[in-house]
Amino acid sequence: MKQALIEIRDMVKRYPMGTGEFTALEDINLDLCKGEFAGLVGPSGSGKTTLLNIIGSLDVQSEGEVNVLGRAIRELDGKGSARLRSHHIGFIFQTYNLLPVYSVYENVEFPLLLLEIESAKRHRMVMDALEWVDLTDKLKSRPAQLSGGQCQRVAIARAMVKKPDLVLADEPTANLDAENSHHILRTMDQLNRELSTTFLFSTHDQKVIQYLRRKITLFDGKVARDEQMNGVA
Amino acid sequence: MLKFLIKGLFRDRSRSLIPILVVSAGVTLTVCMISFMQGYLRDMIYENARFATGHVKIVTRSFSDMIDQRPLDLALLGVSDILDKWETQPQSAELLWVPRISFGGLLDIPDENGETRFQGEVGGMAVVMRPHSDSRFDPDIERRLLKLDDSIVRGRMPATPGEMLVSEQMFTQLDIPLGHTASIIGSTMFGSMVVHNFTIVGTIEFGIEALDRGGVIIDFADAQSMLDMEDGAGEILGFFPDFEYYPDRADGLKESFNAILTDESDEFSPLMLTEYDQNQLGAFIQYSGYTLGITMFAFVFVMVIVLWNAGLMQGIRRYGEIGVRLAMGESKGHVFRAMIIESLAIGCVGSVIGTAVGLALSYWMQAYGFDMSHYMTNSSMMMSNVMRAHVNLRSYLVGFAPGIGATVLGAAMAGAGIFKRQTSQLFKELET
Repeated sequence: MKQALIEIRDMVKRYPMGTGEFTALEDINLDLCKGEFAGLVGPSGSGKTTLLNIIGSLDVQSEGEVNVLGRAIRELDGKGSARLRSHHIGFIFQTYNLLPVYSVYENVEFPLLLLEIESAKRHRMVMDALEWVDLTDKLKSRPAQLSGGQCQRVAIARAMVKKPDLVLADEPTANLDAENSHHILRTMDQLNRELSTTFLFSTHDQKVIQYLRRKITLFDGKVARDEQMNGVA
Repeated sequence: MLKFLIKGLFRDRSRSLIPILVVSAGVTLTVCMISFMQGYLRDMIYENARFATGHVKIVTRSFSDMIDQRPLDLALLGVSDILDKWETQPQSAELLWVPRISFGGLLDIPDENGETRFQGEVGGMAVVMRPHSDSRFDPDIERRLLKLDDSIVRGRMPATPGEMLVSEQMFTQLDIPLGHTASIIGSTMFGSMVVHNFTIVGTIEFGIEALDRGGVIIDFADAQSMLDMEDGAGEILGFFPDFEYYPDRADGLKESFNAILTDESDEFSPLMLTEYDQNQLGAFIQYSGYTLGITMFAFVFVMVIVLWNAGLMQGIRRYGEIGVRLAMGESKGHVFRAMIIESLAIGCVGSVIGTAVGLALSYWMQAYGFDMSHYMTNSSMMMSNVMRAHVNLRSYLVGFAPGIGATVLGAAMAGAGIFKRQTSQLFKELET
């Protein structure tokens, strides 16, 4: 049996709304294993990003248990959740969110600085990551000088540079054209296969869905379907 | 990490340039203001000391009660004895002594027939300008103190008995040549009338409107003779040898002197006063200190508000960046500390620039000053007509407190909002 990276049991997430509460997620039970290439799929408002935030320890569930890499999210304090993210989780965002005043090299280097990795090793790791996304010729460029596809590849390199156990990607292709979408999806698929990094997407983009090997469909805050897929790659 | 943060800070000009400009401007103003106030107060202490109060002054007890009127009938007698007694004390060596007599009377300028051509009230000051019978009264001290050689506008210093200097302003109005006779009509310290003839040998201008408007200066020995004050003096002024005032040392000397030489039962016994005891100078200096403190506080407060707002605006603009950094695994505490370090860098750079500009302006104000003579036409204040700044070590350091303090405080107040905000909320704002 494969090792469970994420275990979610009877999880509920409610937000205060006016005098009452709004239930964003309800009765969520999921396991995600190491090396999976999975996606949370569903329409807007179905709870995809909320679930991604809880798994990424950026938010806490209202009820139930969520364990990520053996750590109970609810029990993590600020430093604990920051440590979980800095050591084990990489994030990829819809709008790339690169730091605009830093170069490509520096953006990718940033997560390693948080881990206090020594300079020479850091340099090797950054160069490796940029090689994975084929951007070694853009080391000194600033994000404003890159195309959308290139920016997202920098974001992938930044998420992957520390070789995390889990990468959470929130609508990673939403701002990209078809060619760039396929390019970055192929890159992520390749990294998943080569490094056994677990990828969890939040998406409703068919281009992403066709690459998934597991599709978890959310509807109205509940898991409507959980199915294994082949993935185009 | 620190290098990384500082690099980002100075590349993002909206995060660095505007706060640095604000801090620099505030620090420049602070340095200039402090230097100018230091110059103003120092000038006031210096001018009062050399013309009126000394660093310490010995008078009779009853003279001190009416010191503003400088009553000659309550002047000191037996000056040499008093100083002889005091000079048996080891601490007496700390001071240089100059005796003075201030007097008033009528100045009478005769025409070629000996008839009065001009007559008017005049204030006079007698200082040791020629060698005195008491060798401890060195004429050189007064020359240096009053800068007599530099202040002579025309003519020369009195060299023989019966010679007089008059103020340049008055001399111009009198329209007489140098060498003309002038008589002083007054009263001796015992109340009898006296008329004494002098020869005007020079004119003088001190650059202090209160003294330059009208007045005469005669030699101390001439005044003793004219006013019937053998071995007497209106007051004996004591100065520290470097002519800088040291309030604590002056207080110590005063306590020693008064304990030894003042007799509470004798109204003519000598009494020592410090400079701050006279002309409400002590209260004025204290008041100025408070004013300066309040002004500094107001400066810092305004700068904190401005920098806090700038910090808040930056914080709002940087929600996205902060969200990313949190997502990368940076803790909120680390983000907060990073903001404080950034503000420290801004504060240091702004303070250095502000101090450099402030010092340059202060040095300029120290060298050239502002000529205020136009505004001091009727002033009775013992102040130089040219107001100058004074730059010292304090000027170099004073800007760093508000510069760094305001920046760090502003950043801390702005950062507290981010620190309290839910991580997921900051993260959500990434998408907006």
